[in-house]
Amino acid sequence: MAVSIVLPKLVGERVKRREDPRLIQGRGTYVDDIKIVGMFHLAFKRSDVAHGRIRSIDVAAAVAMDGVEAVFTGAQIAEMLGPMPIGTPFPSPPHRAVAADVVRYAGEPVAVVVATNRYTARDAADAIVVEFDPLPAVVDLERAMTGQPTVIHPDFPNNLAVALVPSGTGVSPDGSTVDNTAIDRAFASAEVVLSQRMINQRLVPNAMETRGVVAHFEPGKGSMTIWSSTQNPHILRTMIAAMTGLGQDQVRAIAPEVGGGFGAKINIYGEEYVAAVVSKRLGIPVKWVEDRSEAFVATTHGRDILGYVDIAANRDGKVLGLKLRLIADIGAYNMLLTAAIPTLTMLMANGTYDIPAIRTTLTEVFTNKTPTDAYRGAGRPEATYFVERAMDMLARELKMDPAELRRRNFIPADKFPFATQMGAVYDSGDYGKALDLGLKASNWQGLVAERDAARKEGRLVGLGLAMYVEVCGLGPSSSLPTGGWEHSQVTIERDGRISATTGASPHGQGNETTFAQMLADQFSVPIEHITILHGDTGVVKQGIGTFGSRSQAVGGTALHLAGGKVKAKMAKFAAALLEAHEDDIVFENGTIGVKGAPASAKTFAEVAGYAYVPVPLPPGLEPGLSDEAFFEPANNTYPFGCHISMLEIDRETGEPTLLRLVAVDDAGNLINPLIVEGQIHGGLAQGIGQAMIEEAVYSEDGQLLTGSFMDYAMPRATDFPRFELHATVTPTPVNPLGAKGVGEAGTLGSTPCIVNAAVDALAEFGVTHIDMMLRPEKLWRIIHGPRQGSGQGLRQSSGQGGKA
Amino acid sequence: MTHVTMTVNGKVRRADVEPRLLLVHYLREQLLLTGAHVGCDTSQCGACTVLIDGRSVKSCTVFAVQAEGSEITTIEGLAAKDGALHPLQEGFWAEHGLQCGFCTPGMIMSAVNLLQDTPSPTEQQIREGITGNLCRCTGYQHIVNAIQHAASRG
Repeated sequence: MAVSIVLPKLVGERVKRREDPRLIQGRGTYVDDIKIVGMFHLAFKRSDVAHGRIRSIDVAAAVAMDGVEAVFTGAQIAEMLGPMPIGTPFPSPPHRAVAADVVRYAGEPVAVVVATNRYTARDAADAIVVEFDPLPAVVDLERAMTGQPTVIHPDFPNNLAVALVPSGTGVSPDGSTVDNTAIDRAFASAEVVLSQRMINQRLVPNAMETRGVVAHFEPGKGSMTIWSSTQNPHILRTMIAAMTGLGQDQVRAIAPEVGGGFGAKINIYGEEYVAAVVSKRLGIPVKWVEDRSEAFVATTHGRDILGYVDIAANRDGKVLGLKLRLIADIGAYNMLLTAAIPTLTMLMANGTYDIPAIRTTLTEVFTNKTPTDAYRGAGRPEATYFVERAMDMLARELKMDPAELRRRNFIPADKFPFATQMGAVYDSGDYGKALDLGLKASNWQGLVAERDAARKEGRLVGLGLAMYVEVCGLGPSSSLPTGGWEHSQVTIERDGRISATTGASPHGQGNETTFAQMLADQFSVPIEHITILHGDTGVVKQGIGTFGSRSQAVGGTALHLAGGKVKAKMAKFAAALLEAHEDDIVFENGTIGVKGAPASAKTFAEVAGYAYVPVPLPPGLEPGLSDEAFFEPANNTYPFGCHISMLEIDRETGEPTLLRLVAVDDAGNLINPLIVEGQIHGGLAQGIGQAMIEEAVYSEDGQLLTGSFMDYAMPRATDFPRFELHATVTPTPVNPLGAKGVGEAGTLGSTPCIVNAAVDALAEFGVTHIDMMLRPEKLWRIIHGPRQGSGQGLRQSSGQGGKA
Repeated sequence: MTHVTMTVNGKVRRADVEPRLLLVHYLREQLLLTGAHVGCDTSQCGACTVLIDGRSVKSCTVFAVQAEGSEITTIEGLAAKDGALHPLQEGFWAEHGLQCGFCTPGMIMSAVNLLQDTPSPTEQQIREGITGNLCRCTGYQHIVNAIQHAASRG
């Protein structure tokens, strides 16, 4: 007889995270916390020049040090390890984990030391003497496209990694034929055409935990265990197996506690391969943990796309055409997803708008910089920035309310699913609703009055508004070389507790909580009885990983489907036990009973026990309660929203202060609003960081000048006002949960809405565009005019935007 | 090698260490107290913050030998002996003040110092009080809430 309890429904509730008790007590286990008996430490010797040929490399002093087990140069590593593969279909130059002849960015590894502890390893790396024959470096992407002063990879003339890819109106799906009739007509007939060059600057992802890896090859077993601070242990396993010559069954990859990723821990890095092959060669466990100074140059950067934007419209605000010529500075090499990231900018170029004629082209350029790859939003914040800045410029030119201009061009709510000319099929949306809520929640008219009153006092206050739509929840498999599904296995243990695996690999997203909420509701059991297992390919049989805001939409759905299969089987066992029909079985408050006959109900644990000792075994059933599901979504999901900001610029110093940030986000159905808020806050912080303070700056000879937290402005608590969040809910039809994904959303709308506000604040000076970031000196020069400053030495245009 | 003696989380610890050994590495690698994390190499991020004689200090900026004779408290020693969480630990949990958790131990130890000095801080005082600690996940708002949560119960 079951004890009578009532379990609250948990999906949709602000459940406190189950991950936290260990993390708030310092009991989490990150890679650097792992110790294995007999473990050695690696340190990499890195190039201090951006481009050069290795003339000589002298490791004698390093080898002679006490505690140094081995030193491997690039040439020696090349004997154990082939060129690193990439995950995109674009052509790619050979890329070695450790350079053997030519280095192409400052920070590229040239040798690796194996020593008994990290201090000795570092000493030995410092003792290696490398002489370079310097080659000219190129850091400016448009200069690089001329092939001057250097060609970085001989097989890529003019440094063109991707020469020119068109898409949009008049372009065939494979890009082979281009018809300009419609786009030319749109621009020829328009009453207004505006053009602007815009820089979406390079950023450093800077997860608070740097990368790290422990590789442990066990010669007796012939198998490898590799722990890594990665977003996708299953991809790591696949790649490590391929690169070490082991089978995937012989490699176990573990992502333990991971201290943030933000896209930069999707890539499988050279250091991971090197740790694996060194461990295998020497038969010892090895650990490498990146220093922050290394991370700045050795972990992939994000963004760095130049956009030439042309927008054509009629005076009534109807946009007729948009052209977007994109040039991406991808740094010195193609990494796993590098070349694909800017294609997402193309895909989302029209944003929330139904633009009759649209054309984008993409060129990707090698420079002597750290390679780029995914960074939170990965291509979509860039798309949002370009289109939302263009819309704002247009509103200013037409003297039209920026909200009204946008509304006139929205894809209407009754047109979903909506196939865009860029090749996306937006699943669901109601952009007008998000805009309305944004205007209402921010009291937009009140803000306008406040701004105008401030201006009368001589203060420089501006308002900014931006819409966004994002593509996330990646798959399907046609869009990802890894496969676009996710996997889960749900097991009812013999004692009635539940363990469930997921191929999503959280690193702060809280899936141990949200996924347990879902199963608790699905089975009507206490959440305390559920354990979510992740991040270990030895435990989680299959998976893809966490990126592109896919955990809930794809991984959560796989969990839900696997749970459904097990539940159906459990109902059959219960039906046998209760001598009832399985259709009449109900799961309720920790019991399983027959509809309308609660007194006869069995406890969840009793039914579980019966399934494992099934005497008698019901006909047609196998013992046990465990099943799996692969979920392949038919489409991506397209969350959207409206971000609004108010910004003040100090007339005397040029320093901008963010006064308000109101965000309306529509991520579909929410599992845990508390966690969703946290995700949005974090995204906003990174989006605001890009707009206002963050920028990776290189010297002309290819040295990263912003190479530490002393030089690169990481947002701090004093940089932000209290964010004001609101939500509309438009479920996606793509998955049964109706959940769209929310990890990246905050980075999309915030960045352009802040730059829009800065331009608004400085409109009296005739400014129509300001390139990020909003450095006070740059703003001061706009306020005080070029004559009062030197006018020289500005690295970028201070943004006296062109008007066509 | 230099001999050092210090009290860590209430226990006297003695060791011979290299004079250049950073306190954070002594705590993490010799005492296996891995709660303090290393997030940078320029003393900017604060992930390694511990209390030395009751004051918050970035333990990557201190050599182990400089802590001779000190009382050290790390995140592992913050909860009560009976296991009851410190009000700040409760606050970070209740208010979702952490995501990846890497900055959290240092953030909490800084906040301990903040609330000692300013038991009822304003939001601005909280934000200024944690400027020495970087978090890339939360945007800080829930951290501010967490510290307010603890202050209201302290």
